[in-house]
Amino acid sequence: MSDGAAQASVPVLDGWFTTDGAAPHLIGTRCSACGTYYFPKLETFCRNPDCESSQFETVELSRKGKLWSFTNACYKPPEPFIAAEPFIPYAIAAVELEREKMIVLGQVVDGVGVEDLKAGMEMELVLGTLPDANVPEGKLTWRWKPVEGASA
Amino acid sequence: MSGEVAIIGVGMHPWGKWGHNFAEYGVAAAQAAIRDAGIHWRDVRFISGGGTVRNGYPGYVAGATIAQALGWQGAEVNTSYAACASGSQALAAARTKILSGDCEVALVVGADTTPKGFLAPAKGERPDDPDWVRFRIGITNPTYFALYARRRMEIYGDTQDDFALVKVKNSEHGFTNENARYRKKFTAEDVAASAMVADPLRLMDVCATSDGGAALIVCSLDYARRIGKADAVRIAAISTVTPSFPSALVEMPDLATDSAVAAAPLSFRSALPQKAYEQAGIAPEDVSVAEVYDLSTALELDWIEDCGLCARGEAAALTRSGATKIGGRIPVNPSGGLACFGEAVPAQALAQVCELTWQLRGQAGSRQVEGARVGITANQGLFGHGSSVIVKR
Repeated sequence: MSDGAAQASVPVLDGWFTTDGAAPHLIGTRCSACGTYYFPKLETFCRNPDCESSQFETVELSRKGKLWSFTNACYKPPEPFIAAEPFIPYAIAAVELEREKMIVLGQVVDGVGVEDLKAGMEMELVLGTLPDANVPEGKLTWRWKPVEGASA
Repeated sequence: MSGEVAIIGVGMHPWGKWGHNFAEYGVAAAQAAIRDAGIHWRDVRFISGGGTVRNGYPGYVAGATIAQALGWQGAEVNTSYAACASGSQALAAARTKILSGDCEVALVVGADTTPKGFLAPAKGERPDDPDWVRFRIGITNPTYFALYARRRMEIYGDTQDDFALVKVKNSEHGFTNENARYRKKFTAEDVAASAMVADPLRLMDVCATSDGGAALIVCSLDYARRIGKADAVRIAAISTVTPSFPSALVEMPDLATDSAVAAAPLSFRSALPQKAYEQAGIAPEDVSVAEVYDLSTALELDWIEDCGLCARGEAAALTRSGATKIGGRIPVNPSGGLACFGEAVPAQALAQVCELTWQLRGQAGSRQVEGARVGITANQGLFGHGSSVIVKR
């Protein structure tokens, strides 16, 4: 959880992740026929060209994965991003989930910069806060955090 | 598809931040291409425009907007929107029309006026739009380029100095290009001193957005012969393939890749030139010059490998060796690339073909790649769009 943001309780995207502070998960779906995972959730038609399924189960994605690549945002992004004033740069991680065989992006927790990151590091999903135009305490989002003692 | 068409006219409106209506750039580029072809506007029987989504209704029907500005003369019209591949899609439509025998001469044109700063999504609370979602959580366009660049550093050992070298090389190439927006020879020190945008990419590693226009006059080989241009540069291939599931890279504007549980991941970028090579019946070794989409300096290195111009992971070494400079074994972006132009979306893929046409004609002046006979373009944009065009003499 980000500093001073303990009050945030509304997710920035409804139904995209669980809000259990201790062990949050991204919420995806899995094709009942071919096993392909989807994030965000897909519940209409499987995108595998060799699969005709329209049956999906909702699944919690793996909370941990390996860092594929990383960067940061040195400038305030345009709307609909809402930035704290003054803008504080944040790192961004692309994390490879082994079971799902997919890479998922997300901001990295406060206080961890690109200099602290290395491809292959083990990362875990935690909750963080995004400023919001209408909710003073901000809204919940997911963030990637290096697992304690992780190294590439 | 088999069969070639000839490029008998090329023209551009200089790239810049002019702030005019996009159609003005399209008209200027079209008139230049018509003059270059030595034909009359009324000879053009098909106008194929690249659409622009930032200029309201006239932009959605850019082909018609520019045709009307040039003077309605009854020709058929088309507008193609395919993000960064819009120009190539418009060109593909013209080629099909010509090869089917439905028309002999077509104008292909793309032009854009772009806003300042980051390209931002449409307004409103729209969680069903992946482009809206990623901006909401703070993922901008440079994020993706930076992730690819950092990945190169992590697995191939590329450095920020390698990326800077691409900018230095392209700025030398574009220095005398009268259509380029930035004409200054930047040094590695200039790049290193520019502000960090998305680590490891600095401001000078990332391309700007520009206003500009580009146009081609294409025709049947028979028509080219009849007007004494039998030796015109020809289009040997246009590839506009879509990705194959599951795509291996996280692509703008997505927040995740496809899951590769059910099938092995596939590279979209390398599929684009691969189809073009197959269509033209040539191999990467046959290429004398390439214009690739350097949205970032590091991305040029990815494209060099995706086009098969060197082995995977070796593009930085190739660049350091000087091989990608004019005068080297395989010059890349002799126009100066997006580094010198900035991106004018519907015009950019056509600008690449304009440059290759000048190169293959031997009309590129101080940027001339000696003896250029085969050129390839490559670009990629949002939502599974991309293209690769091969031209030959």
